[in-house]
Amino acid sequence: MIHEFFIQDFTWFFIYLIIVLSFNLAFGFTGMVNLGHMVSVGIGAYTSALLTLNGVPWYIALLAAGIIACVIGTIIAAITVRLKGDYFQIVTLGLIFIAIAVSRNWISLTRGALGLPGVPDIIRSNFYYMLFTMVLSLMALWFVYWLTNSETGKIFQAIRDDETATAILGKNTYFYKVLSLAISTFLAGIAGGLMVHQINFVDPSIFDLEQFIIILFMLIVGGLASIKGSILGVFLLFALIDLLRFLVVRPELIGPVRQMALLLILLLVLIYRPKGIFGKVDI
Amino acid sequence: MLSLWKVSKTSGVFEHTKNSLLEFFSVCKSFGGVKAVDGCTFSVGNNTITSLIGPNGAGKTTIFNIISGLTKPDYGKIKLLDSEITGLPAYKIAQAGISRTFQLTKVFRNMTIRDNLLIAKKASDGEMKSALARVHLHKPLDMAAGELSYGQQRLLEIARAVLREHKLLALDEPTAGVNPQIRQELKAILRGLKEKGNTVLLIEHDMEFVMNISDEVIVLNEGRVLKRGKPQDIVKDKEVLEAYLGK
Ligand SMILES: Nc1ncnc2c1ncn2[C@@H]1O[C@H](COP(=O)(O)OP(=O)(O)OP(=O)(O)O)[C@@H](O)[C@H]1O
Ligand SMILES: [Mg+2]
Repeated sequence: MIHEFFIQDFTWFFIYLIIVLSFNLAFGFTGMVNLGHMVSVGIGAYTSALLTLNGVPWYIALLAAGIIACVIGTIIAAITVRLKGDYFQIVTLGLIFIAIAVSRNWISLTRGALGLPGVPDIIRSNFYYMLFTMVLSLMALWFVYWLTNSETGKIFQAIRDDETATAILGKNTYFYKVLSLAISTFLAGIAGGLMVHQINFVDPSIFDLEQFIIILFMLIVGGLASIKGSILGVFLLFALIDLLRFLVVRPELIGPVRQMALLLILLLVLIYRPKGIFGKVDI
Repeated sequence: MLSLWKVSKTSGVFEHTKNSLLEFFSVCKSFGGVKAVDGCTFSVGNNTITSLIGPNGAGKTTIFNIISGLTKPDYGKIKLLDSEITGLPAYKIAQAGISRTFQLTKVFRNMTIRDNLLIAKKASDGEMKSALARVHLHKPLDMAAGELSYGQQRLLEIARAVLREHKLLALDEPTAGVNPQIRQELKAILRGLKEKGNTVLLIEHDMEFVMNISDEVIVLNEGRVLKRGKPQDIVKDKEVLEAYLGK
């Protein structure tokens, strides 16, 4: 019997793996620095929470989490993808603040800052839930691997390297950028759904910048445009957090020490190994 | 083909006898106060090598950007064969058969040579290798394009543009940054392409190169067509010498 602690840890590992892989698809493989990636995760979490709390079966709710995140992501992408470079980043950063404002103030839907407690489990046994997240994350892993090696995936990477050159080779770059974000936000929404059934709760803090820094750490440390890198990045973060849990004896220090350690490592990687550990492209 | 000929004839502007592949009619483009292209009209004859020359800032690259759909003209029309391509998005113009390279080389740096070529055409390794051999670039297909030297990246970009199915090949200063020996090879490559029925539009500063391979030379100055003609006539033209050489 595996220790409960590891079961929880692995469940989070698999959920974060889906989040980081989908983040990598847009950021690392297509060159779209979508700072609002956690917004899609949050939309997925709220969707699955609200639906299951209202009696909808979990499998429909989980699928809806992906679809709603994808629909909203695609609409926003269709509008913002034409923006050049920094403007796209600024707008996607703005989405975080919109998401926080909406989730705090649309009280009839989200209960505001109180959040939504009592979200039902998908599977009662934590061990089987871990296996379930494992299966889904392996599917995501295989899918992203297949996609990035397909012709479509190569076009994504061409756009990242030089969008103009991709267009003059006859590729509709607008379509491919929206497609990449549509797939990325769908996977993020599913991960959000898995997350909410893991903690049985969601509140506006899911959109906090701190959450985003965690996935940014995983992606950058592992390396952009590398699937191996994403796996390693997620693993390293959890290893680091667990290590700090053992090392830091005073519980009130764990939070601040963890944040400082994450930022320090992120900085060191950016300075000494800007491509990340397995990264293939410059940031 | 016949209808095309009629188009040029009825427009009354073009005197040449060959069918034209590309027509550029009364095109204007300003950037702020700068009239980069100021009422340009010219055509590119089918199966010719036509060179666009002129001093720095004459508007050559802007014309290429308009032809390839990266810049929208303020006024004027562009036709490829008998279809108008004015204002179409760049990818549609590319699909219509225009293949181009850039003054500042644009390869996909983080991708392999193979993937660079793959975006242009789903070709076999053999086909890719012969496309590279044609520009004398003997590098493994798995090498990252960003690891090539500047001149080699330029050759890769040319190979990529040639590999695509196209009607018009537009090259913006293909010899810049390329060593003299390969420069001579490029001449042979362009002649070979022409023999195979290709049409080439060339921007080039190397006069020896231009005069050697062009069927037709169009001289631009301050966004206008100053002269067009056979290379041997252009070199002798006083107006051209004044504008181009600043004499
Ligand atoms: N995107 C732009 N924004 C503002 N001005 C521009 C832009 N593109 C070109 N210009 C201006 O238009 C004029 C023509 O530029 P263009 O690049 O077409 O010249 P060129 O003939 O290709 O010159 P060169 O031989 O130096 O490459 C120049 O004065 C240039 O500064
Ligand atoms: Mg130029």
